[in-house]
Amino acid sequence: MSLLTAVATPRRILRRAWRRLVSMRTALILLFLLAVAAVPGSLLPQWPLNPTKVTAYIASHGWWGHLLDHLGFFDVFASTWFAAIYLLLFISLVGCLIPRVRVHARAMRAKPLPAPKHLDRLPESGAFETSASAAEFSAAARGTLGRRWRVVERADGDTVTLSAEKGYSRETGNLVFHIALLVALIAIAIGRLYNYEGSIVVLQGANQGFCNTVTSYDSWQPGRFASEGKVSPAPFCLAVDKFTAKYDSAGEPTEFAADVAYGPVANTRAHQTVIKVNHPLRLEGDRVYLISHGFAPEITVHMPDGSTQHSVQAFIPTDPATLYSEGAFKLQGPQGKNEDVGIEGFFAPTPATADGSPIASNSVITSSSPQVSNPVLGITVYTGDIGYDKTGPQNVYSLDTSAGTLKQLGMANLVEGQTTRMAGGVSVTFDGWIPWAGMQVSHDPSQDYLLVAAAAMVLGLIGSLSVRRRRVWLRVAPATPGDHASPTVVSVGGLARSDSGNFTEEFSALFERLRASGPPVEAGNSGSLRVTRDAGKERSK
Amino acid sequence: MINSGMAHLSDALFTTAIATYSVGIVGYAGEYAFGRRGRVAESAAVAVDQRVLVGAGGPNVDASAVSRPPVSGPPAGVAAVPPSSRRSAGDRFGRFAIVVTIIGVLIHLTSITIRGVAVDTVPWSNMYEFSSVVGLIAVISFLIAMARMPQIRYLGLFILGPVVVVMFLAGTVLYSQASPLVPALQSYWLAIHVTAAASSEGVLMTSSVLTILYLVRTRYDARVAAGLPVPFIGGIAPKLSVPATLDKVAYRLAAFAFPLYTFGIICGAIWAEAAWGRYWGWDPKETWAFIAWVVYACYLHARATAGMRKWAPWINLLGFGAMTFNFFVVNIFISGLHSYAGLN
Repeated sequence: MSLLTAVATPRRILRRAWRRLVSMRTALILLFLLAVAAVPGSLLPQWPLNPTKVTAYIASHGWWGHLLDHLGFFDVFASTWFAAIYLLLFISLVGCLIPRVRVHARAMRAKPLPAPKHLDRLPESGAFETSASAAEFSAAARGTLGRRWRVVERADGDTVTLSAEKGYSRETGNLVFHIALLVALIAIAIGRLYNYEGSIVVLQGANQGFCNTVTSYDSWQPGRFASEGKVSPAPFCLAVDKFTAKYDSAGEPTEFAADVAYGPVANTRAHQTVIKVNHPLRLEGDRVYLISHGFAPEITVHMPDGSTQHSVQAFIPTDPATLYSEGAFKLQGPQGKNEDVGIEGFFAPTPATADGSPIASNSVITSSSPQVSNPVLGITVYTGDIGYDKTGPQNVYSLDTSAGTLKQLGMANLVEGQTTRMAGGVSVTFDGWIPWAGMQVSHDPSQDYLLVAAAAMVLGLIGSLSVRRRRVWLRVAPATPGDHASPTVVSVGGLARSDSGNFTEEFSALFERLRASGPPVEAGNSGSLRVTRDAGKERSK
Repeated sequence: MINSGMAHLSDALFTTAIATYSVGIVGYAGEYAFGRRGRVAESAAVAVDQRVLVGAGGPNVDASAVSRPPVSGPPAGVAAVPPSSRRSAGDRFGRFAIVVTIIGVLIHLTSITIRGVAVDTVPWSNMYEFSSVVGLIAVISFLIAMARMPQIRYLGLFILGPVVVVMFLAGTVLYSQASPLVPALQSYWLAIHVTAAASSEGVLMTSSVLTILYLVRTRYDARVAAGLPVPFIGGIAPKLSVPATLDKVAYRLAAFAFPLYTFGIICGAIWAEAAWGRYWGWDPKETWAFIAWVVYACYLHARATAGMRKWAPWINLLGFGAMTFNFFVVNIFISGLHSYAGLN
C-alpha cells in the first residue's frame, strides 16, 4: 500500500487518467451515455421547442417539476451534463486520433512485413507448382497483383518472397471520418456563437414590411457573439406584397407562398421574389423563411368619446389544423379618461359550432378548416384603462383584464361587414381581414463548412466500412533447393485484417489468378504435390 | 391529383404481397421443420479446415471446385442446393419458399410503384407507405444476403415473419389514403432523405433479426455445454447455422446500412435547413435519429474492441429498438415537426 501511494504522484495520476479517458472503452461508454442523455430531451417538453408545455408540466408536477427544471431536464441539449459528456468525448476523440494519425502515416510509408515462416498456418493458404523460375514467376505474380496491392520483394538465396498488402484506405477513411466529425463539431460551435435568428409577423401590404435590425423583430435569438454586437445583421428590408395559401378539394394545403419585395433600405423594392416553404430567400449570408401564416382582422371602433378608430391586428393561431386564432385590439382613448377600448377575440376562418347548429351571435364557435369561408370574428369588448401608461411592454396578442381597470361591455360574434353596438356609444364593425406571414431570418456563418465536413464524414465512413484490409505473402522457391531444373513451388498465405467481405472466396479467386500467371508443370514430372488449398482456418497461435 | 383507380390497384397488390409472403412463410417453416438445416448450411459449418490434395494428373481436375468450400457456391441461392436426386422434403420447401418470396417482392414492388403513380410523387410520405418500403427493403436485403451466403436460406422464416407483421400493421392501423403532399414535403429531398432512411432501416431490420437468432443460438450452445435444460423456445436453436455466420452477416448488413443512415440524417439536416430554417433543432424525430445513430456507432466500436465484443449484439438490438421507437412511438405519440404519419 505504501508503495502504491509513493508511486502515485500527481503526474502519474494525470497520466493514468488521460490513458483511461482516451481508451476505447471509455469512449464507448461516453458515446453510450450521450445516447442515453439525449432521451429525456425528446420525452420531456423542452424550453426552446415548447415553453408553454414546459410551464404546464412544471405546474402539474410540483417540486419534482422544479427539480427537473433546475437540473436542466427541460433544456437537455444546453445543459451542463450534456455538454460535459460531449466535451469529454471530444477530448477522448482527439487523444485517440493523434496517435492513430501518426501510426497510420508511418504505416503508409512502411514496407509490408516480411513473410511469416509458416505460410500454411495462416487462415488462408495454398501452394502450387509452376515450371517458371522463381524470378520469372515473382515478376509475373507482381503483374497479376497489379497496382492495388503494395508489394515488396525480398530475396534469400534462390527463394523469393513477396509481401503484398492492400486496403490502407480503410484506416484513411476511418481517420477522415473522425477528423471530419471533429471539424463538424467545431463548425457547429462557431455557428452557435455567431448565429442569430429573428422572427416577425408581417402583415400583407407594401407598407407593412420590416428591416433586418434587432429592434424590429418580435423575437430575436442571438448567439453569444451576436448578442455582444460582434455580428452586424445584413442590411435589407422586406415587405410581403401578397400571401397565398392554396388547398385541394379535401381541404389539405397544397401551397403556401409569399410574394415579397426587398431592397437595401425600407420601401426600395429593388427586387421581387416568391418565398415558399422549402424555398427560402438567401440574401447576403442570411436566409429568409416563410414559417407560418395567419389572419389579421380589421375593425372600426366607435370610441366612447365619439371618435372613430380603425385597427388591424394579427391574431395567433391556437389550433394549427384549423387556424382558429386568438388575439386582441387595444384602442387608446383620451389620456386619463378611462375611455380606452380593449377587445379580446377569436377569428374562425371557417366557423362551425360543436353540435352543428347554425351560427348565432351567442354560439360557441370553433373552426372546421384553415380556409377562409364566411369567417367570424368573436369579440369581448371592454372599456376603461388598458394600462398603456404603465411601464413595461404589453403582449399585443392578449388583453390583460386582471388589473380590474377594465369593465366588460358585452360579447358578439360578427360576420364580415357586421356591426355590434354596445353600451356607452361603443360600436365595433368587422371590416374584413388580411393575411399575415410569419417570417424568420436566420444567419449561421459556419453551416457551409459543416456541410463539407458532413460530406467528408460520409465518404470516410464508406471507406472505413467497405475497404478490405488484406495481407498476402508468396514464397517462391525451387522444389529442390539449388536445383534450378526442378519445378518452382509457390506457397501463398493470406490474412484478412478486417472482417468485412468473404475473404475465403476472395483469396480463392486471387489464388487461381496467381496460379494462372505461371506456366503449369507438365504432367508426371514431379511428386504428388500439385495444388493444395487450405481455407477459413482459425489463426494458429 | 390523385388517381384513385391506381391507388386501389396498389392497395389490392399490397394485400396480395402480404398473402404471398405468408405463403412463403409456410414454405420456410416447412423447410425449417423437415430440413436438417439444409445440407448447404451443414456442410458449410464443417467446411473449415479441410485440406484437399489433388494427386498426379491434377491439371485435368478443376481444383477450384474441389478446394473451395461449399460456402462459396454459385451465387444464386436456388442453384446452390444439392442435386435433385438427393433433395429432401425440407429442401423442396425451401426452394418453393424462395420462388414465392421473389414473386412476393415483385408484387410488392409493383404495389409501391403504382402507389407512386397514383400520388404522382415518391410513395413514402406517410407511415403506411414508409412501412411498406421498409418491408420491401428488408426482404430484398435478405435475398441479397442469401445470394451471397446460401446457407442462411432457412432463416427466411424469421425475416418474412416480422415483415408480414409490419405490413399487416401498415395495412390496418397505419393505413392512410393516397393524398397529395403538404407543402413542407414538396421537395426533392423527400425522395433522397426518406429513401436513405427507409433503405437503411430495412437493412438494419434484417440485421437485428439475424442478431436475435445469433443470441438464441449462443445461449442454446452455452446451456447445452453446461448441461442445463433448454427452454422450449430454444428448440429452434439447433437448426440455426453456426453463430459466427449469423453474427458476421448481421455485422455486414449493419456496416452497409450505417453510412447510408448517416447520409440519410445529413440529407434530413439539409432539407430541414431549407424547410424549417435550421439544420438541426432537436425535434423529437431528430433526437431519436441521433440516439439510434449513436447506438449503432457504439455497436461498430464495440465490435472492434476486444472485451466489448460480447456486448455488440445487444447494442445492435438496442439500436434497432431506438429506430423502431422513433418510427412508432415518436410518429404517433410525440408531437413534433415530423408529423406526417397520416394518422388522424
